[in-house]
Amino acid sequence: MTGRIFLFGDDIDTDQLAPGQYMKGGIAELAAHCLESVRPDFPAGVRKGDILVAGRNFGMGSSREQAAEALRHLGVSAVIARSFAGIFYRNAINLGLPALVAPDTTGIEDGDTADLDLGAGRLHLIKKNRSIELEPLPENLRKMLEDGGLVPHLKKRFAAGMEKPTP
Amino acid sequence: MASTLAEKIIARAAGRDEVRPGEVVTVKVDLAMIHDSGGPRRVEPILRELGAPLFDSSRVVLISDHFVPGDTDEGARILEMTRAWAKERKVAFHDGEGICHVVLPERGHLRPGMMVVGGDSHSPTGGAFGAYMFGIGATEMAGVLATGEIWLKVPDTILIEWTNTLSPGVVAKDMMLALCGRLGMDGGRYQAVEYSGTAVSALSMQERMTLSNMAAELGAQAGLIAPDETTQRWLESIGGGAGEWRGLATDPGARLGAHHVFDAALLEPQVAAPHSPANAASVGQAAATPVDIAYIGACTGAKYEDLKAAAGILAGRKLAGGVELLVAPASRRDQDRAEAEGIMRVFEDAGARILPNACGICAGYGSDRLGENVTCISSTARNFKGRMGAASSKVWLASPLTVAASAIAGHIADPREFLAEASS
Ligand code: SF4
Repeated sequence: MTGRIFLFGDDIDTDQLAPGQYMKGGIAELAAHCLESVRPDFPAGVRKGDILVAGRNFGMGSSREQAAEALRHLGVSAVIARSFAGIFYRNAINLGLPALVAPDTTGIEDGDTADLDLGAGRLHLIKKNRSIELEPLPENLRKMLEDGGLVPHLKKRFAAGMEKPTP
Repeated sequence: MASTLAEKIIARAAGRDEVRPGEVVTVKVDLAMIHDSGGPRRVEPILRELGAPLFDSSRVVLISDHFVPGDTDEGARILEMTRAWAKERKVAFHDGEGICHVVLPERGHLRPGMMVVGGDSHSPTGGAFGAYMFGIGATEMAGVLATGEIWLKVPDTILIEWTNTLSPGVVAKDMMLALCGRLGMDGGRYQAVEYSGTAVSALSMQERMTLSNMAAELGAQAGLIAPDETTQRWLESIGGGAGEWRGLATDPGARLGAHHVFDAALLEPQVAAPHSPANAASVGQAAATPVDIAYIGACTGAKYEDLKAAAGILAGRKLAGGVELLVAPASRRDQDRAEAEGIMRVFEDAGARILPNACGICAGYGSDRLGENVTCISSTARNFKGRMGAASSKVWLASPLTVAASAIAGHIADPREFLAEASS
């Protein structure tokens, strides 16, 4: 998939991704304020397929999964960061939003257009003709992402005969 | 082979003899805790979509705390649906009894060696009892409730050892703020932190809970403390038992991801400046910063031990003019005990306002949220911008003792000055 890059720094927290005061409304309202405190033009400017690239500890803070849901709602196709806060990372994959670790993001600039190859674990910067290596996803997470997240993944497993627990 | 405490608990839950860091395993969950905010209202639609019953209703505990007392329309509506769900799904339900991380152990749900998930980011608190407990989001919780399983990447263990003993006026909260300052909010790298050393062994269970609770601020998945006689006595005192806890410890020679050693005797009371716990420094560096509101609340800082320590500073003193002191005891049980021992009386005599046993303004809910431009000193765990109210409000984090001292002084103050006065 191809998308434009939005570049962010370290320690982006869940209150910036999903601001508390808009949590009562639906996901559309929440998404309209996603990351606006760091970058006011983000929620209106981001388009389907765009890719977020960030520094360390992306998604730190609360366990609210609306942080990942808001990004998915805005059409973000993947988040690439030098490291993720653990709960955000799990939430993103569970919701079908690829979260990928890139140990070295130097050379990536805001506004670059890039091709993301999940299978090969590579982000290719088109104009610069340069590739950024991504850490491979564990097998179980790759499968879950392929199925579109945890809920479709479980549906498939249930349908394939994994017994549901007896009540 | 030598194993860490985290590896032992995970191996048992995965049905394996041993596990090694980096392996991805599926574990059986012994207990799942959910609360009114991330619980029924978020998981029920997913359970419906999956068409799945609960994997085992006797292994699910629901606790209402975020929207208690329901003083907004929204809060009241959420509490109503939470109560209906508890009945329908036949799970253990603690309604209005206090904050989930404090209620869960005090009502006897936790034992050493358990594998536990919680629908809240401060779930590492359960690690104080030698349980591997970690926080997950609502979709993942729905998956656990439907299957009784969850995947884990076996973590490295980051051993944090505190040697010697704490000085008077310095408590577990100060240890954690200092760690946030030194290691940063990703110092835990989503691995398992384990606290050890003489200063940790000497702590009461509720003080240990503060250490485990704020493993979340270090970005760790879990914050473990090996069970010992203190753990056993505490669990017995609440009418439960500790089970087979001996051997639940990190073996000598086990491979560690990191080992940090700190001297507890050198630690001074800490405060963390707005808007991050990582902005921690010794209290002296912020002394004289004026405060409007002093808040003793949250799972982190308003348990019985916290209340008792704060009351020790406040006894016989009055609040500074213009300062409001709000006290929200973390659980009803802790408040009852504080009441019986005259501790609540100290707060009332000093002029404090007592709030319900709930998350309250720590979660930014309810009618007491911080207003515009207010400066607050708080015993809570997080001071992110806008979390406790208006985006213009400023929150300093500190121990309950430092919050009490600041409420008396009218500005950020060192609690040791009041200890000295008391004993002279
Ligand atoms: S008191 Fe604060 S930190 Fe504790 S569970 Fe409630 S909102 Fe979270």
